[in-house]
Amino acid sequence: MSKTTTGEQTPAAPDDQGVGAAGSHMSTAPVETLANVSGLGVIGWARWFWRQLTSMRVALLLLLLVALGAIPGSLIPQSGSDETKVADFRKAHETLAPIYDRLGLFHVYSSVWFSAIYILLFVSLIGCIVPRTWQFVGQLRGRPPGAPRRLTRLPAYTVWRTEAEPEEVREAALALLKKRRFRAHLTGDAVAAEKGYLREVGNLAFHTALIVLLVAFAWGQLFKSEGNKLLVEGNGGFSNTLISYDDFKSGNLFDVDDLNPFSFTLNKFTGTYEVSGPNRGTPRVYQAAITYSEGAYGKDKKTVVEVNHPLEIGDAKVYLTAHGYAPLVTVRDGKGNVVFQDAVPLLPLDSNVTSSGVIKVLDGYKNARGVSEQLGISAFFLPTYTPGSETASTFPALGNPVLNLTPYHGDLGVNSGIPQSVYQLDKSHMKGFKDSKGAQLRENLKPGETMKLPNGAGSVTYEGTREWANFQIVQEPGSGWALVGAFTAIFGLAASLFIQRRRVWVRAVKGADGVTVVEMAGLGRSESAKVPEELGELAAILYDQAPGAPDPGSSDSPDLQVVPAEGAEKQ
Amino acid sequence: MTLAAATNENLANISNTLIYSSMAVYTLAFFAYIAEWLLGSRSKVGRTAAALTDARKAGAPAVTVQKAGGTAVLERPKVVVRSATGARDVPDGPGAHGGDEQGDLYGRIAISLTVLAFLVELGGVVARAASVERAPWGNMYEFNITFSTVAVGVYLGLLALKKNIRWLGLFLITTVLLDLGLAVTVLYTASDQLVPALHSYWLYIHVSTAIFCGAVFYVGAVATILYLFKDSYENKLATGGKPGKFANSFLDRLPSSASLDKFAYRVNAAVFPLWTFTIIAGAIWAGDAWGRYWGWDPKETWSFITWVGYACYLHARATAGWKGRKAAYLAMLAFACWLFNYYGVNIFVSGKHSYAGV
Ligand code: HEM
Repeated sequence: MSKTTTGEQTPAAPDDQGVGAAGSHMSTAPVETLANVSGLGVIGWARWFWRQLTSMRVALLLLLLVALGAIPGSLIPQSGSDETKVADFRKAHETLAPIYDRLGLFHVYSSVWFSAIYILLFVSLIGCIVPRTWQFVGQLRGRPPGAPRRLTRLPAYTVWRTEAEPEEVREAALALLKKRRFRAHLTGDAVAAEKGYLREVGNLAFHTALIVLLVAFAWGQLFKSEGNKLLVEGNGGFSNTLISYDDFKSGNLFDVDDLNPFSFTLNKFTGTYEVSGPNRGTPRVYQAAITYSEGAYGKDKKTVVEVNHPLEIGDAKVYLTAHGYAPLVTVRDGKGNVVFQDAVPLLPLDSNVTSSGVIKVLDGYKNARGVSEQLGISAFFLPTYTPGSETASTFPALGNPVLNLTPYHGDLGVNSGIPQSVYQLDKSHMKGFKDSKGAQLRENLKPGETMKLPNGAGSVTYEGTREWANFQIVQEPGSGWALVGAFTAIFGLAASLFIQRRRVWVRAVKGADGVTVVEMAGLGRSESAKVPEELGELAAILYDQAPGAPDPGSSDSPDLQVVPAEGAEKQ
Repeated sequence: MTLAAATNENLANISNTLIYSSMAVYTLAFFAYIAEWLLGSRSKVGRTAAALTDARKAGAPAVTVQKAGGTAVLERPKVVVRSATGARDVPDGPGAHGGDEQGDLYGRIAISLTVLAFLVELGGVVARAASVERAPWGNMYEFNITFSTVAVGVYLGLLALKKNIRWLGLFLITTVLLDLGLAVTVLYTASDQLVPALHSYWLYIHVSTAIFCGAVFYVGAVATILYLFKDSYENKLATGGKPGKFANSFLDRLPSSASLDKFAYRVNAAVFPLWTFTIIAGAIWAGDAWGRYWGWDPKETWSFITWVGYACYLHARATAGWKGRKAAYLAMLAFACWLFNYYGVNIFVSGKHSYAGV
């Protein structure tokens, strides 16, 4: 006989309690055994280790460890979510950083030790679920255990005397319990019944769902792809191939062929902002109107992508993640030929979208002497310029846009082979244009205004402003499974926590004086007020069918009136 | 200023007035609870002590329970209930009033005042919601006032269900006052609309369940703390120790440690599935808003830690050697994680969740 270790029902000394085997097997929780390991062979040790790993105690410890292990990741910058913060941290803590590196504290959730904890936990979980499932199947195939010898010892108990015959009472009890959807059967002089098996089903479903959840999550990480694309209003489009991305990350098992074929263009970005109050400048409307088509030759469709409403195409999702301004700039050479005309996306620097970037004229430009050169123009942009605040915009919308330009000429160095950011200017081979006083030329332009480059070197015109939007394109297979796992977990948990598993026994035997004594007792998985209540209800119904006989009056202890049938326990 | 904006401002002011008024009424209720405890005497005989010494003499007493609602009780068989072996058979204390009539009167006054304060505060929360034309969960101020309203609501709801939890009143109202004080002084934010990232119906689902779970976990945590005190008190008595006068007067009036433990367990276990759902709803929302379901953002991480904490607690109760006090410590730890997730992460750690303004 095995001892249960769950619930408050643990019979300290089962036989003394008289509850015996009937009180156990109410749960499929693993048995806590302290096996004697001295003198065991390799197999013995392995078995011992396995038993430890799949014991409740170790599961508890591993759970605690997972919780503890997750903490540092929330307090130390993580390279997975914010590289720049990690870099700042490294600079600020020069002695600590290498130690952290060693311990993998900059990527806790993919570190060796964190993985070790949760893998152990999940091995333990599997090692726990499998035997528990078999055990439970066994319980389902078997029948509720027969009545303990002394029902008085059970947490809920009642007794009365009746004129009805014991057989009648047992029949009535069996019918009643079956009607109440107990699994009930007659053994010896008593009816044994059990209900609430769904609790165990729920518990097993919950733990299994956790595994599904983890596997789905891991699957998603392995096959995930994620990239960004910046699009300017009415200017170019995106098609879902590797070369179209500005940047791209993917999981270890991702294959380029996994990318869903689709394409889209940005028609218009709309952003409005709070104009007054303490939250002035906080975005209110923030949406991108796009035209997209699915497949290689799909029909054009229009839609709006908003912050909480990504566009879903197959298992790919298109998110709107950022927005900024792209001044439309025309550059002419000394002869007045247009050598560059484009909307140049600038990077926002603050919440009022003060932006900066570079206009790069790579070819086609000839200087005043007719020599081919490249132009690089540092651009600084304030969507709302307020006199007095020269270097920072005062509002994120296009209130009073000003484009500040600082032109250079020479060699941009884009052919040097070193990858270059489109937002930065490498001035090592560039010379600044000088103004009439000999200082670096620098000018503020309003829309429509033109800056003349000195000595007939041409001109730069700020034609107007377009907006750009950044899209994140994410493809993460397995999320459907994760969702299924998650909801199974919730329902399993609810069943496991809210359903009571309980047993009821009804014994009817002839007492010494020839009057039938009916004894009823109930036992729950955990101590609960519901068990006695339900027993009371059942007893009341049964009492109507087997009404009480006059009390012999002598004794007030029900214990003494019961003479258990000989051999009842053996049945 | 437009007419609509003026209306909103008005509503916001009304909300503030209501919140301050509710604080005033809670304060009155607080004093009434104090009066209940002070005037209420502990029962003439120390019940716990008596039960524990009796138990040693005469074996476990059987408590007789009759199913309520039957007039024909006499006709029906009585159900005898006995507790599990090993458990102390200690009757529940009489409650704060300790059987004293005057104390009981003050207790009732305290409950009435609590109901009044709750209604006023609820009005404040609703006015706030109306003024911002959205659910009142956009920042910590709003979160705090909603949280305390829900916590008191849970308490009153349990009372209405005739659960034996009047003893919780003083502890609950004390912390509600602290919570509101913090809200109106440190955390106050003028009413305003949400940033677009917070515009989603998942906000309603995720945040409302989070607040509700927090409120219920909180009630569970208070019961757990009291359990720990009562348990040591009973232990002391059972081993023949002499607890101090204060413990005698105060702890004796609380329900027995077994009842407190069971109550705390029920409360925590009942919301655990909802807390699981809250995290999942949050993940779904994050999937829509940020392009990933789970990114170990500090708020996500701490929700996870809290979840695992409560899972530990539930496991502990099912593990030999971990029941009782050890499990209770785990429950406290889990609740501490919840608190840290709410205050600590918003204030000390920056992450995607903190843009709603402290
Ligand atoms: C991934 C980690 C795990 C989590 C989050 C988890 C969570 C839970 C929760 C919340 C319960 C409460 C449900 C109830 O009381 O009926 C529970 C019960 C249970 N868990 Fe786990 N569990 C995990 C791993 C394990 C492992 C590894 C084992 C095996 C040793 C295990 C065995 C059990 C058992 C036997 C119960 C039922 C306890 C009872 O009979 O009351 N769990 N688990």
